[in-house]
Amino acid sequence: MAQQIIDIQISELLERAKEMQAQGQRLVQICCTTLSETLELQYSFDLDFAYTSFRITLPKEGGAVPSISSIFLCAFLYENEIHDLFGVKITGIAVDFQGKFYRTATPRAFNPEAVTGEVKA
Amino acid sequence: MSKRTIIPFGPQHPVLPEPIHLDLVIEDEKVIEAIPSIGFIHRGLEKLVEKKDFIDYVFVAERICGICSFIHGMTYCIAMEELLKLEVPSRAQYLRVIWSELSRIHSHLLWLGLTADAFGFENLFMQSWQIREQILDIIEETTGGRVIFGSCKVGGVRRDISAEKLQEILKKLRSYRNQWTEIGGIFLNDTTVKHRLQGVGKLSMEQAKTLGAVGPMLRGSGVAMDIRMTGYSGYNKLGFTPVVETAGDCYSRCKVRIRELDQSLQLIETCVTQMTEGPLEAKVVGFPNGEFFARSEQPRGEAIYYAKANGTKFLQRLRVRTPTFANLPPLLTALAGCQLADVPVIVLTIDPCISCAER
Amino acid sequence: MGALSKSPWIIHYDGSSCNGCDIEVLAVLMPRFDLERFGVVNTGNPKHADILLLTGSINHQNAPIVKSIYDQMPEPKVVMAVGICATSGGIFRECYNVLGGADKVVPVDIYVPGCAVRPEALIDAAVQAVGLLDKKRAAALAAEKEKE
Repeated sequence: MAQQIIDIQISELLERAKEMQAQGQRLVQICCTTLSETLELQYSFDLDFAYTSFRITLPKEGGAVPSISSIFLCAFLYENEIHDLFGVKITGIAVDFQGKFYRTATPRAFNPEAVTGEVKA
Repeated sequence: MSKRTIIPFGPQHPVLPEPIHLDLVIEDEKVIEAIPSIGFIHRGLEKLVEKKDFIDYVFVAERICGICSFIHGMTYCIAMEELLKLEVPSRAQYLRVIWSELSRIHSHLLWLGLTADAFGFENLFMQSWQIREQILDIIEETTGGRVIFGSCKVGGVRRDISAEKLQEILKKLRSYRNQWTEIGGIFLNDTTVKHRLQGVGKLSMEQAKTLGAVGPMLRGSGVAMDIRMTGYSGYNKLGFTPVVETAGDCYSRCKVRIRELDQSLQLIETCVTQMTEGPLEAKVVGFPNGEFFARSEQPRGEAIYYAKANGTKFLQRLRVRTPTFANLPPLLTALAGCQLADVPVIVLTIDPCISCAER
Repeated sequence: MGALSKSPWIIHYDGSSCNGCDIEVLAVLMPRFDLERFGVVNTGNPKHADILLLTGSINHQNAPIVKSIYDQMPEPKVVMAVGICATSGGIFRECYNVLGGADKVVPVDIYVPGCAVRPEALIDAAVQAVGLLDKKRAAALAAEKEKE
């Protein structure tokens, strides 16, 4: 099971996603990780079991990324999830639940340090 | 001339043992759009890795879902073993495959039953579950549990199955095959059943690919994608080829699952002939370090476990992407344009497991 | 007497269970364990139900739903918390989105432990619930007589 993780900049994201779509790759998942200082976003793609993951590093607070749901529609679920649980601002989600996807009692449970700010995109 | 109406479906609906909510936008009897809203069963168990150490977490991983519990635990173990650089003994791998395939058989039978219930064939529902009960008996005899097996651990498995017992299991399974072939025939050949399944909830190959469908949903649309092809846990030695159907409707997804029942039995048979005596586990030394995406094929499709560790007892992050979550966008597409009366059947054909999806 | 204890109707609500207990509840209603031999019927309507069967733990989102199902049920009624999650939160009690067992929102009469619950335990609990229904009904009748 070949796997590779490639670090990229936020500005490259949409371009990379388009490349992946052109190659016929499948969006497997988007995942967010809280580290001590930063947040990490991983966009994973798969084609014939070759697994590629693009990693973006974001500040814990006030980070924003563009949505890739215009390229891979199914990204909207992951993006809403990351918005609700990690407080990352994602702009232009195809189906934006406005923070009501996971109605948890603890907002941004996976990234509790992020305070208030722009929750509504 | 028709007016648009919104009909809420769920969270408490007779075909759903679990709560999920769909807002169905309909025009007359036709569904134009479906909007999901989830979060009724969200527990936030990914965050428990901060409180339970990497060995104890297997028990939580198994309880992500009460139907594919074993494969959840196993995928978590595969991720840990990779991070610990552990080699799992061959007998343990074979036993894992056997339990995985038993899970698949019982899960598919469960699904057949629920689907029969969704299109109103109560008798068929009971028949399917009766066969499933016998599979659960085998599982209980070999692991001690009906729902949660608890037999997988980091580094290997907890229990062995004796050669005698394996032969006995095979003999039983072969006789159950006759039973499921009989009810499978009703699903595939009965006119009334076909009427409810054929041409309903269409998903083209292109749509299935771009929307990220997984499992029988994807294979039912003609894409030969099954994570077992990557050969994890020794599947590469079993001569595995995925089951594919091309019609892309509910009938075709049903057919995939019925054919997978036979395939699972075949895999178990191959395991039993290939297995040799040997140790059941590798000793865990040290703490996990690094990051890894473990992938496995559950009855509902591909599951992803992402683990990130920094060499301590507790993982930094565990992320679980379950098949139902990936199958939601294709479901919404399959629902668009269907008749309101077909909604329960279409929802069921993704084999929804909401507790998986929301974790 | 009779009608109630000879045919108690059950309403099942899944709190935030892992599905294991829910499927066992269904399995118990199937011909093999055949809970229906006690006259039990699984209903979807709280106003028809005598026994509220809860699986899974309570969270903020489902607490009002559970409460509303309970309030709609006619007296006498019995609440069964099925599985360890419904009794205490179980393995998930430390999760941030879990409040705890079913007794956080409704009074629980019968606790049925197990992860997942054993079919035998469920049958036993159902039989006890029938006894309890009888008792509650007798007590209610006695109270009414006293008023007169």
